[in-house]
Amino acid sequence: MSKPKPKIRKEAVPTLKQDPRERIRNFNEVSFGYSEAQAVAEAERCIQCPKPQCIQGCPVGVNIPAFIKEIKERNFDEAIRIVKEKNSLPAICGRVCPQETQCQKFCVLGKVGEPMAIGRLERFVSDYELQRGVTVPLRPKSPTGAKVAVVGSGPAGLTAAADLAKLGHDVVMFEALHAPGGVLMYGIPEFRLPKRIVQAEVDYIKKLGVDAKTDQMIGRLYTIDELLERGFDAVFIGTGAGLPRFMGIPGENLCGIYSANEFLIRVNLMKAYMFPEYDTPIRVGKKVAVIGGGNSAMDSARSALRLGADQVRIIYRRSREEMPTRLEEVENAEEEGIEFQFLTNPRKFIGNERGWVKAIECIRMQLGEPDESGRRRPIPIKGSEAVVDADMVIMAIGNMPNPVIQQTTESLETTKWGTIVIDEETGKTTKEGVYAGGDIVSGVATVISAMGAGRKAARAINEYLMKKKKRLTQHNKI
Amino acid sequence: MYEIVMKRELVPHINLFELSAKEIAAKAKPGQFIILRVDEHGERIPLTIAGVSVEKGTITVVCHEVGKTTRKLGKLEEKDRLLDLLGPLGKPAEIRKFGTVLCVGGGVMVPPLHFQAKAFHEAGNRVIGVIGARTENQLLFQKEMREVCDELHVATDDGTKGQKGLDFLEGLLKERKINRAIATGPIVTLRMVSELTRPYDIPTIVNLIPIMVDGMGMCGACRVTVGGRTMFACVDGPDFDGHQVDFGELMTRLKMYAPQEKLAFVFHEKGELNA
Repeated sequence: MSKPKPKIRKEAVPTLKQDPRERIRNFNEVSFGYSEAQAVAEAERCIQCPKPQCIQGCPVGVNIPAFIKEIKERNFDEAIRIVKEKNSLPAICGRVCPQETQCQKFCVLGKVGEPMAIGRLERFVSDYELQRGVTVPLRPKSPTGAKVAVVGSGPAGLTAAADLAKLGHDVVMFEALHAPGGVLMYGIPEFRLPKRIVQAEVDYIKKLGVDAKTDQMIGRLYTIDELLERGFDAVFIGTGAGLPRFMGIPGENLCGIYSANEFLIRVNLMKAYMFPEYDTPIRVGKKVAVIGGGNSAMDSARSALRLGADQVRIIYRRSREEMPTRLEEVENAEEEGIEFQFLTNPRKFIGNERGWVKAIECIRMQLGEPDESGRRRPIPIKGSEAVVDADMVIMAIGNMPNPVIQQTTESLETTKWGTIVIDEETGKTTKEGVYAGGDIVSGVATVISAMGAGRKAARAINEYLMKKKKRLTQHNKI
Repeated sequence: MYEIVMKRELVPHINLFELSAKEIAAKAKPGQFIILRVDEHGERIPLTIAGVSVEKGTITVVCHEVGKTTRKLGKLEEKDRLLDLLGPLGKPAEIRKFGTVLCVGGGVMVPPLHFQAKAFHEAGNRVIGVIGARTENQLLFQKEMREVCDELHVATDDGTKGQKGLDFLEGLLKERKINRAIATGPIVTLRMVSELTRPYDIPTIVNLIPIMVDGMGMCGACRVTVGGRTMFACVDGPDFDGHQVDFGELMTRLKMYAPQEKLAFVFHEKGELNA
């Protein structure tokens, strides 16, 4: 008689979180992550599909069933080794990837219940390793002698730098801010991604041999051409989409109106939440309105709440379904008491006599036909204007690429949106030896897709350098 | 770490620093600025570059102690090091031969004006310098300006030295054929110069340093309305057409953190006293 099939639990093992009433008063991480027992229990749910679907949803192609199997068997060291074969920043991805639209979307368990909690398991093994001290792979015995400049130290740059260093190239990574990590440092708040995690991942990349320079803005200090003249054989541009968008409506420059970037940089990078112990100030209103529906909107709203706002309201022009946000963060925001006002868009900002914002005139929207993003286009409803009180506004409606490199580099083709044109397969730009990837190419996207682009480009740069070296040796023989 | 190789007190609470920054010195042009951080808790503060020495590998900045971070900077001595120094930032000033260039600067922005005036002089322009301060003993860089200007006018708010206020510019503009005007300094000075040159259609460039955080285009704190459009002073400027700038808005935005700045400063000074 065949053994009866074990019943699969339909629900994923939940993680413990800080109580919402407690956590809105601190910046500590919201989720505590899995314990060993919880991780193993969750791993036991994986049915180890002969043809796993989850991997196709991962932009860097982590062998998901293999690492989950190792967790189930308590071989945590082996599990993290498998993850790191493909992902250099797993502790970050486990926390910030939108798994529900990537790997977990394809998990077959999702058809009958909750999909595998792949993100939480990834976080668990990464944290396990970080606690015990990270093993660094040995550098290749014979360095290639090639020198690569990686411009930008966000997810794309970190990944490209790590991959290139592992291949034996000499890598210098340039960061314009005073700390490496890009959006991971300045953008994503402590309560969602602790900075010690980012620091640990950056340290890992430095241990691989990457020379991480800070306070150096490429485009101003050196142009891309000057980097090539100064002995770099190839350049990877991963400078992201750092220029905040504004709506271009009246009153937008009133005091008390921030870009999400400014607000988050002040809070995360400059630690304004510890003012005046730290010198950088922030002024948080009583009634805060956050315009936009993405991750930055959610991060800004929840940060404002933690800084003491009485009421925080997210104003979004589409409906809940169209929000391009990590699902878990919307749930967290709701638990914390963030209010949502959907299908609403600002028309103008109203100031007081001292030049500070005091209210927003909004208009109601309705959804029409899908636009180029595939989401239904919001259309204003005539005559539906209404005034919303707000003494602080955070504009979180997206970012554009920083124009400085494009403006200062000859023969680097860009699109009308200012993004850099590349060959999709290799990340190669129109300029010899120069590659690009991440938000500077795609416009605002996710951490993991930028990492995927960094990986792809690193592979292509390696091929380019090897070919170049071969050409040179052949030339020298003649 | 970036060493202070030379410090000179110009007047009480206004210091000139020569900072060791070889790479920045090789690249910096008049009109550009740097951002520095004194220590881990410090703000990122923008300072306009007041000169470079490529040979020595240094850049010069002048800082007025107006708040906590600038006070901490003012307390540093030669051989001390800054935690962070980023630059050059912003677009360089447009320096070429225009003919006669009027360079007007006030207060702590006179040394950066000198960096520009010198470059205009070297580009073959006739340079008319106007420098101002609140009162006589606050005037900076008179000697240095005299060396690069074909004529130099001095003005003080209280009339203790030279002209009283900038009203005399009216006459100067009437008498001379001026091809370009440059203004650095407090917003009131920039606005006044721009208003005075407007009837004469003299292209007038103002160098703006609004509140900034990153200084590289990311935060938008430095946004300023120019000709009805929002620009970022850090990447679109810091030089703008003075006839197009909304100075009123800029002035309001500059005061945005005044209460917090004062609070931090008072706490800091109190701490110093108790220490």
